[in-house]
Amino acid sequence: MTQFTLMDILRNLVFATQWTVILSLVSFIGGGLLGLLLLFMRIGKTRWLPPVVKLYTEVFQGTPLLMQLFLAFFGLGLFGIDVPPWLAAGIALILWTAAFLVEIWRGCVEAIPKGQWEASASLGMTYVEQMRHIILPQALKVAIPPTVGFSVQVVKGTALTSIIGFTELSKAGTVLTNATFQPFTVYGLVALIYFALCFPLSQVARILERKMNVAHRH
Amino acid sequence: MSLIAIEELRKSYGEVEVLKGINLEVEKGEVIAIIGKSGSGKSTLLRCINGLETINGGSITVDGAKLAEDEAHLRALRLKVGMIFQQFNLFPHKTAGQNVMLAQQVVKKTAKPAAEAMARKMMERVGLAEKFDAFPDQLSGGQQQRVAIARALAMEPMALLCDEITSALDPELVGEVLQVVRGLAAEGMTLLMVTHEMAFARDVCSRVVFMHQGRVHEIGRPEEVFANPQTPELQSFLGVNRAA
Amino acid sequence: MNYQFDFAWLATYWPVFVDGVLMTVRLIVIGGVVGIALGTFCAWARSLGPAWLKPAVVAYVELIRNTPFLIQLFFIFFGLPAAGFRLTEVEAATLAMVINLGAYSAEIIRAGIEATPKGQFEAGASLAMSPIQTFRHVVLIPALQKIWPALASQVVIVMLGSAVVSQIAVEDLTYAANFVQSRTFRAFEAYFISTAIYLGLAILLRFALLRLGHVIFPHKRAAR
Repeated sequence: MTQFTLMDILRNLVFATQWTVILSLVSFIGGGLLGLLLLFMRIGKTRWLPPVVKLYTEVFQGTPLLMQLFLAFFGLGLFGIDVPPWLAAGIALILWTAAFLVEIWRGCVEAIPKGQWEASASLGMTYVEQMRHIILPQALKVAIPPTVGFSVQVVKGTALTSIIGFTELSKAGTVLTNATFQPFTVYGLVALIYFALCFPLSQVARILERKMNVAHRH
Repeated sequence: MSLIAIEELRKSYGEVEVLKGINLEVEKGEVIAIIGKSGSGKSTLLRCINGLETINGGSITVDGAKLAEDEAHLRALRLKVGMIFQQFNLFPHKTAGQNVMLAQQVVKKTAKPAAEAMARKMMERVGLAEKFDAFPDQLSGGQQQRVAIARALAMEPMALLCDEITSALDPELVGEVLQVVRGLAAEGMTLLMVTHEMAFARDVCSRVVFMHQGRVHEIGRPEEVFANPQTPELQSFLGVNRAA
Repeated sequence: MNYQFDFAWLATYWPVFVDGVLMTVRLIVIGGVVGIALGTFCAWARSLGPAWLKPAVVAYVELIRNTPFLIQLFFIFFGLPAAGFRLTEVEAATLAMVINLGAYSAEIIRAGIEATPKGQFEAGASLAMSPIQTFRHVVLIPALQKIWPALASQVVIVMLGSAVVSQIAVEDLTYAANFVQSRTFRAFEAYFISTAIYLGLAILLRFALLRLGHVIFPHKRAAR
């Protein structure tokens, strides 16, 4: 039996961390793009699109991410495809991320005072022009801190993909535990690596938020 | 011996000294009005007497007991001296009656029936017996302030400190609160009031303290102070007030 | 896609889901009550408590908020026995949920405490209440009332997150789905059913918590 030193464990974990990072980036960027599309549907002028998007966000926010991963994994399988875990993981996380981001961003758009709409309308702007020049630039500023804050949830969310067999940091932790019989050390290190990824994001979100609050007060 | 004795009281916020050696003796049953411009230190003086501000020098003695920093001494002091605030500070999650009962039960460990009986008596005294079960946000400002007075009275203090208690009220509600205070004065309650109500100070108070730049600038009976102000600062203060 | 959906197995296996739901509910009720109590203590410690306690609370809150629940669960269930602290599956799951909710609710409740007007603290003090008495009787209830909707959402999030306790063989709703799919090979249908039940539970739990808020907090009546 091979003996694992602490360095061996750490090296293996750090190697697996790259997949956590890649999956987080894919989910966050993919979820962001989908979220943006959904946002326009949600706040747009059509009658039937907003309730559809609302239902979408409520379903994805009201069910466990783990269930969404299972359904993506087995649901894609229904089409007769042999589904690789990374595909199911990516799709589920993108859909899940989009559901949260669209609600965060909708809140930011709705936080823009009514006077901004009225003032821009009184200048003869169309709805699209109002959005493009007046509302979105202001909403974007408000949206940055909570969006950065949510990225922490995405990184933590990727841990669940280990359960459908995607080999990232958490899965590596389980594999290494089974190989070394040192669960305390291995899971302790896994937790610290997640912390090292998430804590800076949390801090940046907090600093941005504080900055914005100060700017608002003056 | 005086009920409240303040000697060489000093208080600073950082570099700024707001109280620069205050001396004041208050006898039992006296009603004292503290007047002066904003920033003269009059509210700070009251807050020091209630231990809401830490003092930097001098001493405050109430009924023979000296104010000290520790928890036990502070609580003993606050049992002797009640305080009414400009913003009422009623507890929003409790009814008027519960506001009056709470500290009796929690601090004095009074049993609930006795606390309630006392609360009803005090609500009666401020003329709000029928509002016993109303929540603060169902009461007008004047009514809220009267509940605050009942709440302080229920602790049976030896003196009441009133910090601009009518300043946050609409003009038409000032009268009902002052009426209650007038009643307390008539019953012999010792009162220290920071106030802008000059007519009230003249009618009800036994002495008037004029504070200026952190010092007691002038002190005397209201008829002397108002009719014959000695210093130019008080003359100008009263002049400004008359004009306003 | 020529797949035939089949839910006929439900006739045989529905009691498995009932047991799973009961376990999930049991976990969130205990985890919710104890977790909020822990969160309240930490919120007090951080905003009003003794100076030496604050860094410990900050470290706890940040550590939990910045690591996945799954890893917290594995650390407690697999890691702690190595350090001589052995727990059953259900105990480990409950403890993990308490610790997780404790950290999140601490931050939420702290926001409520810090939004308390200074005059409330002073009114308590002027009535000779100790700082603890003032916190307990004057500050806490209005603070909780202010942040109750956010706290309710967080409890729902923790309930949904509890799906992973099936990974340490706690027989919750997800475990039920795993069990059924291993017997019937109807994976999609089994997870579909359990997902729908989770959605129903989330809606019900949120509704129940908001109702509870109406009961424990005095209503603001508009009439004067």
